[in-house]
Amino acid sequence: MELKEIEKLLEKYFDAATSTAEENRLKNYFSSPDVAPHLEQYRPMFGYFARQATEKFEKTVPLKPGKRYVAWLSVAASFIVMLGLYTLFLTPQTPKAGELGTYDDPEVAFRETQKALNMLSRQINVGVTGAAYLGEYEKSKNRIFKDNKK
Amino acid sequence: MNQSEFIKVTNTFKDRMFRLAKRLLISTEEAEDATQEVLVRLWKNRGKLDTYSSVEALAITITKNYCLDQLKSKRATEMRIVHSNFTDRQAGLEKQAEDRDSWSWVEKIMETLPEQQKIIIQMRDVEQYEFEEIAKMMDMTETAVRVALSRARKTIREELTKKHSYGIERN
Repeated sequence: MELKEIEKLLEKYFDAATSTAEENRLKNYFSSPDVAPHLEQYRPMFGYFARQATEKFEKTVPLKPGKRYVAWLSVAASFIVMLGLYTLFLTPQTPKAGELGTYDDPEVAFRETQKALNMLSRQINVGVTGAAYLGEYEKSKNRIFKDNKK
Repeated sequence: MNQSEFIKVTNTFKDRMFRLAKRLLISTEEAEDATQEVLVRLWKNRGKLDTYSSVEALAITITKNYCLDQLKSKRATEMRIVHSNFTDRQAGLEKQAEDRDSWSWVEKIMETLPEQQKIIIQMRDVEQYEFEEIAKMMDMTETAVRVALSRARKTIREELTKKHSYGIERN
């Protein structure tokens, strides 16, 4: 065929006027061992294009497994949350049925109340002794400010 | 569309997505990530895929836009890729070393092309899409596609001719 035809095709090719079939003929021609010397310079171009088309994407894409996994995770998480809520709020309330904190005997009730009040006042005293330091602070403050005024 | 159907459909063009991504992003790893990302997006929207006339055209268009976005944000943060993977891991051993050298010239020349021309020459000369399909995916007229393609091809020819007439200029 050829040479003339190939040259004509090449010209069309660079004007982007060739069809895919014609471009494939060019690719075939330039992949053959006997390319005319004056066309040798075009060989790498077509060789490169042809080789590029063989490159493959080999990574796998995580599709459903990822989605399913997330769904499972949320189900598991909500289950755990529900379980936590249940143990937090429901279990301590169950002894309510067995009447907690009341005494039938007035004597015992009185003693227990006293004990509880004693405990309360003791705790308050701890707080009061702590607050006594504030008095010291007040004293020294008065002294300083008096000094300043004089 | 279930998983096996989806995989069957995407398997016919996922390599093309990858190659286009690599043409634009240059780095193999980034191209793989981009392809993965686009496939996952498609999968998430699998319900709507049936409404498109060509899932492949859709996938290629999304890949193109995704990669251009990537490049834009990369440029905004002033991070440039230093590409070192000119030699492809797919390179056939039976091919001559000389061929591989000259292919890497072509690759380098193509890297200097504007993005639009890169995409179009990839779509046409590597993937052999018809002009009509390319025009749709690029959102351009067929004439504009032809003009850009012709320009890209001529640039490559010019650069190759320069190299050729200088004798063997190696990088």
